[in-house]
Amino acid sequence: MLVRGRAWKLGDNVSTDHIISGKYKFKAIHSLEEMLPYLLAEVRPGFYREVRPGDVIVAGRNFGCGSSREHAPRLIKLAGVGAVIARSFARIFYRNSINIGLPVVEVRELPGITADGDLIEVDLEGGVVRNLTKGFEEAFRGYPREILEIVREGGIIEYVRRHGDLPWGGGTG
Amino acid sequence: MRPQTMVEKILSRNVGRQVEFGEIVVAKPDLVYAHDGTAPLAIKVMRDAPEIYRVLDPGRVVFVVDHASPPPTVAAASVHREMRLFAKEFGVRLIDVGEGICHQVIPELGLVKPGDVVVGADSHTTTLGALASFATGVGSTDTAIAMALGKVWLRVPEAVKVVVTGELPVGVMGKDLALHIVGTVGADGMTYRAMEFWGDGLKHLSMDSRMTICNMGVEAGAKVALMPTDEVALNWFEGVGLHGVGRVVPDEGAEYVDTLEFELGRLEPVVAAPPSVDNVVPVSEVVGVEVDQVFIGSCTNGRYEDFLTAAKVFRGRRVREGVRCVAIPASRRVFTRLLRDGVVEVLVRAGCVVAHSTCGPCIGAHLGLLASGEVAVSTSNRNFVGRMGHEGSRVYLASPATAAASAVEGRVADPRKYLS
Ligand code: SF4
Repeated sequence: MLVRGRAWKLGDNVSTDHIISGKYKFKAIHSLEEMLPYLLAEVRPGFYREVRPGDVIVAGRNFGCGSSREHAPRLIKLAGVGAVIARSFARIFYRNSINIGLPVVEVRELPGITADGDLIEVDLEGGVVRNLTKGFEEAFRGYPREILEIVREGGIIEYVRRHGDLPWGGGTG
Repeated sequence: MRPQTMVEKILSRNVGRQVEFGEIVVAKPDLVYAHDGTAPLAIKVMRDAPEIYRVLDPGRVVFVVDHASPPPTVAAASVHREMRLFAKEFGVRLIDVGEGICHQVIPELGLVKPGDVVVGADSHTTTLGALASFATGVGSTDTAIAMALGKVWLRVPEAVKVVVTGELPVGVMGKDLALHIVGTVGADGMTYRAMEFWGDGLKHLSMDSRMTICNMGVEAGAKVALMPTDEVALNWFEGVGLHGVGRVVPDEGAEYVDTLEFELGRLEPVVAAPPSVDNVVPVSEVVGVEVDQVFIGSCTNGRYEDFLTAAKVFRGRRVREGVRCVAIPASRRVFTRLLRDGVVEVLVRAGCVVAHSTCGPCIGAHLGLLASGEVAVSTSNRNFVGRMGHEGSRVYLASPATAAASAVEGRVADPRKYLS
């Protein structure tokens, strides 16, 4: 799975409230499409209009902290973002992203040297991210096989629909 | 068998074999819950995938209408209706408007016991770790899978040993410890990890305080925050009608990746100053900051002890003119006890607006949003930009004692002078 697009640079501790504020969520709770204009509204106004399919969010530490709202990764995916790269993720955001098939990658160096608009490439199978603009490349610890399958199939629901169960065999209980 | 942490014990028992840190296991949750902020998306996910449009064991699923409740908007009313229809279709228990915030009403109803694996579609599900359950927050898709298949995938977290000793001074509450911990380790200091509490200080902490502390575990990024079952906990379980529950305690010699120690006697009232929850400073450093709104409530601090302490500050005093003070018990049961014991009267006479149970202001849904430039002292758990209203508002997180003292003075205030 190869993702390639422009970088959108964000800082540390971008919470799910920043991604989709609770007050907007409740205003438009019945529809993700109606929430979309509020995506990152107070962090990067106009983001949802300017983002292009395959673009990559490049963030600092603790991305997606706070509320468990899955609307956050879903809206990011719905807006067309191909992957999120961060120094670290909050755990619920991380698992929500995997569950909905949004690639999330933790690396140490790349966020620091990346500027807005740099061309970024994420190679999930190869376990490497590249900043093509800066000619920089960094390896990351690949997903366990089962997680990779979930992401590759577009999310855990799609996986279960196709295979009838979670990808972990009987040995895990 | 080698000594085990609480997390290892609970997950090993659940999956039927010895589990190891770092591995991914598929557990069978004893309880799955979701609220009006997250259940609608779980329902939608299931509707969009007919193969999983089912509830395997309705007895293990609970819906709670608590976030925007009663509905302040047509949109909220619509999702509440959708939840009711779904609950009816599958025989799922739905806890409706005014009954309470999920993390409070679910344990009060005796739906959780030591050793349970609980997944809640809300990050503050960690609250229930105070009951020695492995309780963790998940998203709506996890919830859908858990409802349909009765399963959840979990990475077994490494555990950090948090030792508390001594006793809290007067005017210092469990919330101050919770904030102090987050301030010490940072907002991501516990990411992917479990916190397990140890130490002789625990016996002085009420279940109300314990739930506050475990609630805030997620503000440090923790997956779960667990307290061992002791006499205080056993008494509490008796009180909610769960008799003869088993104990879950960690083994001496269990392996932890880190150890933190907190001496309760040395703590002082603190606040998390805007705009981040780990920006924790002694109240004394921000005393005098002018306040427009005070909120006492939420799943963090909407319990009996919280209002009792606030009422001690309010008795014979008034909320400062120009300040609105909103007080919201976290459940109907809490509300009823406060009524019975005259606490509500103290709050109302002091000028507080006391409302039915809802998350309301905590999440900027209703009952007290903030305008640009306004400052709030809130007993909730998050002060992110715009969380309680306009992006130009600011929120100081504090204990109910500090919140009440600040309401009285109209500025951030140290509560100790009202309580000693
Ligand atoms: S009170 Fe606030 S933090 Fe707690 S569940 Fe409700 S919205 Fe979430």
